[in-house]
Amino acid sequence: MSGYAVRAEGLEKRYGEKRALDGFDLAVREGTVHGLLGPNGAGKTTAVRILSTLVKLDGGSARVAGLDVARQPREVRARIGLTGQYAAVDEVLTGRQNLEMFGRLFHLGGSRARLRAGELLEQFDLTDAADKGVGKYSGGMRRRLDLAASMILTPRVLFLDEPTTGLDPRGRGEVWDSVRALVTGGTTVLLTTQYLEEADKLASHITVIDQGRSIADDTPDGLKSTVGGDRIEVVVAERADIPRAVKVVARVSDGEPESDETELRVHAPVTDRVAALTEVARTLQDEGVRVEDIGLRRPSLDDVFLRLTGHRTDVTEDEDIKGGTPKDVKRDAKEAVA
Amino acid sequence: MSGTLEATGTPTGTPTGTPPVDEHGRVYWALADCWNVVRRGLTHYQRQPINIAWQLGFPILSVLLYGYVFGSAMQVPGGGDYRDFLMPGMFVMTMAFGFINTATLVVYDSTKGVIDRFRSMPMAPSAVVAGRGVTDLIVACAELTILMLTAVAMGWRPDGGFGFLGAFALLLWLRFALIWLGVWLGLLVPNPEAAGGLFAVAFPLTMISSIFVAPQLMPDWLGHVAAWNPISSTAAATRELFGTPVGSGDSWVEQHALLMAGVWPLVLTLIFVPLAVRRFQKLSK
Repeated sequence: MSGYAVRAEGLEKRYGEKRALDGFDLAVREGTVHGLLGPNGAGKTTAVRILSTLVKLDGGSARVAGLDVARQPREVRARIGLTGQYAAVDEVLTGRQNLEMFGRLFHLGGSRARLRAGELLEQFDLTDAADKGVGKYSGGMRRRLDLAASMILTPRVLFLDEPTTGLDPRGRGEVWDSVRALVTGGTTVLLTTQYLEEADKLASHITVIDQGRSIADDTPDGLKSTVGGDRIEVVVAERADIPRAVKVVARVSDGEPESDETELRVHAPVTDRVAALTEVARTLQDEGVRVEDIGLRRPSLDDVFLRLTGHRTDVTEDEDIKGGTPKDVKRDAKEAVA
Repeated sequence: MSGTLEATGTPTGTPTGTPPVDEHGRVYWALADCWNVVRRGLTHYQRQPINIAWQLGFPILSVLLYGYVFGSAMQVPGGGDYRDFLMPGMFVMTMAFGFINTATLVVYDSTKGVIDRFRSMPMAPSAVVAGRGVTDLIVACAELTILMLTAVAMGWRPDGGFGFLGAFALLLWLRFALIWLGVWLGLLVPNPEAAGGLFAVAFPLTMISSIFVAPQLMPDWLGHVAAWNPISSTAAATRELFGTPVGSGDSWVEQHALLMAGVWPLVLTLIFVPLAVRRFQKLSK
């Protein structure tokens, strides 16, 4: 179990004037869950569509399960699974009919397709709903069936393109459990997601993509440490108290405090966590500043994302990106970190 | 043990990513994949039989409406019975509207991601489109049978024999040609609602033909357009083959209805097969 399940170098894809991928690199180790994060329109889906042979690349090269996606698409297809926003199950058929159909289309033959369908229904906890139309399934059940359909040949590499978008927390948990079980079974997973929490929970390695390039590649902890260490955070009751809170926080911080006028929040990086917390709490009380909340916060992937891409994950397309080239964004991010 | 058997074992116990051994050639799998896509399409009708009823509702209602409500007021050139004139027209209309069903089903599969899943699998890409076409032809046979039985129940008495079979084949030939129009449109329009809107375009196009009224009874210019409508040729040819011909107009296209009922669908096929295939290939652009 060494080596790379997915390796892409300098991938390029143009749609008219727009460069969806602009020299995108990716290396996914075998047997891991690798997160691919990026704002909408960053190129996540294009990357997955190229790696899963749905779309031809304009430049660069990519190997999946050791095979060239451009030259051996058919062989690649026999070794991958694809689940997510763009790969669906049939809503009219029952769960079992879906899996049997896909099994036959994976060339298992009728009886083995039936057998495999039964196994997968059990594995994904769908046996009770097996003979109901998929149209009657809940969102979580449908995604699990979707996953099961991708697992018919037990693929070497599974592409999960935003597998939990639109699911309620319970459905999301169900899908997460299934993904963890698959990785235990030896499958490599490339996961794109808008939910950073999801990447944090599942992925052992993360690539951040923006404007068609990878702008960061590290473990979740590694990424977080680039943003900085712990921060102290104070939420005051009155807006008028913000300046005073900033002053107090500045005394214990080794960086410039930042404040948020609408959330009445003041926060700053700290090194000596406990001492800083006690000091700030005491001084604020002494000065009579009414405090709603006070605490220490470790950086989240949200912070990483904000620093790297210049915007939060829920920002949609273009408008926010237009300001600069990826290089500018990178430089901004570095300055912000420093 | 071959790789195929391993792949069906429990995921935890087997090496991952072992594709089945290809014991057969490409042609075998292209046909097998096509058949499996057809099975899927037919299972849809089995699970939602109401869809056939919807598809047949319009022609059956039209037969009743035109046959009984307008029937007495309708003239048939040469003085035949209007219902004899109307029935083959209804069959042609059902075949002609079929392309809307094809388009709707294709656009549904492409927007929902089913086509993408098929394309990400090691199956023959041709099966995705061919499977749709074969399914639609099988359904067309079922539709024609039901419509003809309805027509017989209403007193329609066609000639049997080879003429009947020839007419049936010409109807399917028209439906076949329009499958490609449907596939092309299905890959072109953005959503199923838009595909439904095609009906608004298709309906007038079927009215300006010899389906309901003989072209020579229309205003001159309109009669010419109607006579040259491809579906008019199929309608006239099947009327002849069913043994209920009507006095046809004297334009060249009306005098050669049998020939043109073969030629028109061929022309449509030659136009729309390349368009549909190109559109399908464009999915990976």
